[in-house]
Amino acid sequence: MTEAVLETVDVVRHLGHGAGEVQALKGVSLSLSGGELVLLMGPSGSGKTTLLSVMGCLMTPTRGIVRVRGRSTAGAGPEDLAKLRRDHIGFIFQSYHLFPTLTVEDNVRLALDVRGQRFRRAKIAARESLAMVGLAHKTKAFPIELSGGEQQRVAIARAIVGNASAILADEPTGALDTQNGQAIMTLLAQIAKDQSRGVLVVTHDPRILPFADRIVHIEDGRIVSEEPGERSKEQRVRRS
Amino acid sequence: MSLKFRLASRNLFHDRLRFIATIVGIVFSIVLVTVQMGLYVGFGRMVTTMIDHAPADLWVMPLSTKCFEDPSLMDDRQRFRALAVNGVAEAAPLVIGFAQWRLPGGGTTPVFIVGSELRGLGLRPWDLVAGRVDDLSIPGAVAIDQSYFDRLGTSGLGATSEIRDQKVQVTAVTKGIRSFTTTPFAFTGLDRARAFTGISPDKASYFLVRVTPGSDVEGVRRRLQANLSDVEVLTTTEFRNRSRSFWLFGTGAGAALFAGALLGTIVGTVIVAQTLYSSTKDHLDEFATLRAIGSSGAYIYMVIIWQALLSAIIGFCGAAAIGAIVVKMTAESALPIVVTPALTIGLLVLTVVMCIASAIAAIVQVVRIDPALVFTR
Repeated sequence: MTEAVLETVDVVRHLGHGAGEVQALKGVSLSLSGGELVLLMGPSGSGKTTLLSVMGCLMTPTRGIVRVRGRSTAGAGPEDLAKLRRDHIGFIFQSYHLFPTLTVEDNVRLALDVRGQRFRRAKIAARESLAMVGLAHKTKAFPIELSGGEQQRVAIARAIVGNASAILADEPTGALDTQNGQAIMTLLAQIAKDQSRGVLVVTHDPRILPFADRIVHIEDGRIVSEEPGERSKEQRVRRS
Repeated sequence: MSLKFRLASRNLFHDRLRFIATIVGIVFSIVLVTVQMGLYVGFGRMVTTMIDHAPADLWVMPLSTKCFEDPSLMDDRQRFRALAVNGVAEAAPLVIGFAQWRLPGGGTTPVFIVGSELRGLGLRPWDLVAGRVDDLSIPGAVAIDQSYFDRLGTSGLGATSEIRDQKVQVTAVTKGIRSFTTTPFAFTGLDRARAFTGISPDKASYFLVRVTPGSDVEGVRRRLQANLSDVEVLTTTEFRNRSRSFWLFGTGAGAALFAGALLGTIVGTVIVAQTLYSSTKDHLDEFATLRAIGSSGAYIYMVIIWQALLSAIIGFCGAAAIGAIVVKMTAESALPIVVTPALTIGLLVLTVVMCIASAIAAIVQVVRIDPALVFTR
């Protein structure tokens, strides 16, 4: 593992206003390093998604520091945060969030198009990315023509096509059966082997524990425990 | 090709029913504006058709003449004073006035007499489809437009009738010289025009003035104005503008046409705004996803603006096709709808502006998108 690609230091985040205001994060410090796959687990309402949003620069913290590749996001406006996201962060969502009217290739290319990358280069990169997730033969298909597992693989291709240093996944196996879930996690684990990339996965799914380098438990807006994952243990055994 | 355009077109065409509603709204709006503005242009041209076809540099007219059809009179001696002014090459009298045309079945109908010299400077009929201008020198000869044959109860060339108990004969027929007042024009020689309208031989409605080659028209106008009393001297452009202004704005007709055009624009803007807004609302998840994967605000605005532009271009093409049919259908009517190239470009610009203005509501909605929405939907 290398330096932290994403880091939060003592982050507090309030949600809602007035009487309905809640403190969703109560001083969370967490880092994601290149070459590791971290699972973020916790019960519903524990602050997992809020933490993912803050780490993904989709939400600004009420207090505390967020760093993307060592650079603080303090004072960044919405457009600055958007630039940080397109340059450094890839997202994978439970419900895929693909564009139904675009082909698989265009869905992946979109991540490069928003960066203003030229058509030809973007097209080649999108095809390479799709080949990496095993969908080289489905470039012209539309999302509706794909299975859930295939759609999630397209989402992964979109997340990695721009060489993001952090991949943030929200329940990526939540809508998939065991076989497809395992395939997706195998793919994410492979991505996390790249020392320049870290993968943070929010999950409830205990079936994916074997893929983790580190497991972080969050409850009531606080990190309550951190433990090495199976993959990390295996690596240590292999090394010894 | 950037995916902005593809996303915009797919968003637009994805819901066909909404797309059709948008296009129908734009077409309806632009056709309405086209008709109103086309009527405005047609009306504007029609009220000045006589001025436009008179080969004069300057018009001498009684004080406070509001428009060409204003039948005031001047003394013929003014013409001789005008001819004495330096820079005046010709000054020819023109007589206009209403008269009654006897119908074959009994009764009469009004006609508008236009009488001038048949040679030299004068306002003579144009676009002749039968007979010649020279034929107007025959006693009692008049030229009328073929579109008024039924109205005047005449069969055309050679037909006879009476004006003010004097025999008239149609010796020339024009095509397309129509009056917006619906009263047919009857062209004739100067003396007969006076006889038909009861104007004494020493009076005239206008003097058409042509300046000598190389003279400054404005300078001659000033000298004429200084040397003649109780008259006004206007350039052709000034008289055209005055006539047009009187009929279009003095009567409220132009304001009514503009109000109709404005209504069309408002209706179109509201329809497009409504459909773009609901389309954006339907695709809010997609826009939030775009924002989450790092697109700039400008990228998303461009998607919406492309949608608006596509709607504008398709809607305009539909409206132009219908507009062309309407123009053709009214070409022979009493008040044709005239669409000039400048008006066409203006309508295209209006359509584009209207559609982009309509996109503002959708853009305001997108500006408020929370990209973290992607985790909750």
